[in-house]
Amino acid sequence: MKHARLVWKNLTRNKRRSTLTILSVGVALFLFAALQSVLTALDATSEVGSESRLITRNATGIVFPLPEAYTQRLRSVDGVEAVSWANWFGGTYIDSRNYFAQFAVDEGTFFSMYPEVQIDPAQLEAFNGEKSGAIVGQGLMERFGWSLGQTIVLQGTIFPGDWEFVIRGVYEPDNPSFGDENMYFHYDYLFENSGEAATPGWFIVRPSDPNLATEVAARIDGSFENSSDPTKTETEKAFQAGFVTMWGNVGFLVRAIGTAVFFAILLVAANTMMMSSRERVNEVAVLKTLGYRDGLLSRLVVAESLAISVVGGVIGLAAASVMLRNNEMLGSILPGYTVLPSTMLQGLAIAIVLGLISGLVPARQAARLSVVDALRRVA
Amino acid sequence: MALVELRDLTKRYQTEAEVISVLENVDLDIEAGEYLSLMGPSGSGKSTLLNLMAGLDQPDSGTITIDGSEITSLGPNRLADWRANHVGFVFQFYNLLPVLTAFQNVELPLLLTNLSKDERRERVEVALNVVSLSDRMEHYPRQLSGGQEQRVGIARAIVSDPVMILADEPTGDLDAASAEEILSLIERLNSEFNKTVLMVTHDQHAAGRAHRMMYLEKGVLHQ
Repeated sequence: MKHARLVWKNLTRNKRRSTLTILSVGVALFLFAALQSVLTALDATSEVGSESRLITRNATGIVFPLPEAYTQRLRSVDGVEAVSWANWFGGTYIDSRNYFAQFAVDEGTFFSMYPEVQIDPAQLEAFNGEKSGAIVGQGLMERFGWSLGQTIVLQGTIFPGDWEFVIRGVYEPDNPSFGDENMYFHYDYLFENSGEAATPGWFIVRPSDPNLATEVAARIDGSFENSSDPTKTETEKAFQAGFVTMWGNVGFLVRAIGTAVFFAILLVAANTMMMSSRERVNEVAVLKTLGYRDGLLSRLVVAESLAISVVGGVIGLAAASVMLRNNEMLGSILPGYTVLPSTMLQGLAIAIVLGLISGLVPARQAARLSVVDALRRVA
Repeated sequence: MALVELRDLTKRYQTEAEVISVLENVDLDIEAGEYLSLMGPSGSGKSTLLNLMAGLDQPDSGTITIDGSEITSLGPNRLADWRANHVGFVFQFYNLLPVLTAFQNVELPLLLTNLSKDERRERVEVALNVVSLSDRMEHYPRQLSGGQEQRVGIARAIVSDPVMILADEPTGDLDAASAEEILSLIERLNSEFNKTVLMVTHDQHAAGRAHRMMYLEKGVLHQ
């Protein structure tokens, strides 16, 4: 602590350089938090699905629907307890920038499949009683300032035209990764107003015994093997994981960018510290002459780089926390996107490691400095 | 037993082409309280001898014993500790830290001790008072004249109450009036505070102020 003033004075010796270095570390840690949050959201998304629910979709691809008649056939498969279905709507609310997911669902069976989604029973009843009714997530309500009973209009893209919906209920998921920015409405409403063009996009199947989910899935696909639309059935968890892989190898990309940024900043910080240390060779030599041990001088140099790195890191992480935590725009693209406390702690650990590593080389230089050579250079 | 005993001290430097002998079998005794000056042409080994006595450099052979400690056998950490407790070094170019005030520069050696903040303050004030700079404590080096900077350097050298002061051309960068002030101050440190002083200088007049003059030429010490 006695030497804290010396560290502080050296840090503030060249304020512009220190500030720029702190900011560069801050930007790096901000990027880390942003990119790491993508990874955690992707991981959470692949985890959100249930192992005990099955998703049956067209084997050709998710964009190809299935005949509604499959409902009864699915219900008759041995080991199937309940079946529901849903379809992607893909409408636009006022502007394409107001993106959120909309699903047409079978109101009689869909929500009972998802006990983790909480809806007021009275609101659910009101929704069931109104064909143009919709249930929307709490996040979506807050994002657009909607209220119960409000009528909203979506412009259909897959199913053209202006579609009116009356908000009758609000859901809140137990798991944030489920996303609270979705909208659900009646499949019948879509069917009737699309000229009966809509068919289920996928089926949700609940096996009577969750332990037999794999066997039931195989049985379902086997029963549709020779039909015009063969199916692919997998657990909801695997289905979600498949969705995540549709992002391409985002995880790898994010990690690669993050690592590149980290090393770029590490080099910048290390270079700055070395420049700063080189400029003070004479002063290090003087301190050694006064009796400062090599170890103490090394620690002082490392303390400087650590201070720069930690201050920069805290600034970057705090900015990420304020700007990215519960960010509506990002949350609507990637449900569950938020900066977790664990990400902040990881970022702080990285800042500390960054400070230690970037201080290492100048610290070694300070320790190894020959006083005689350094003073001779000055003379 | 003398305060400083140099025995058979040899120092050579290896260049790409040849081995240069800087000091050859130097023997020297300095009694406690003595004031010595060391002269010689550039490259004669004056500063090397001073650096060896301060424990900043190691001889190729020979021993240096100061105040009972054979410093040539000490490791880097013990040598640093010894230096902090026994030697005050005065540089030609003052070598004050520009980011610290005069007070903070003088306090630097005391940060290595267990003294409390108040005790450190008291000692720094005494040291700055000795060099007549009590009214410049909060000034930064850039706000001081060359002579004042050197006086701060001397205060830093004496603040930990060392047995010996090594001064490497302390007046080499000063005008005549300031040089005179510094020489008087060094004289006073010797006479009033009983500090043993070894001063390297090119200046015949400055060297003449010492009790004993030595001359170093081609690595050989003439007393």
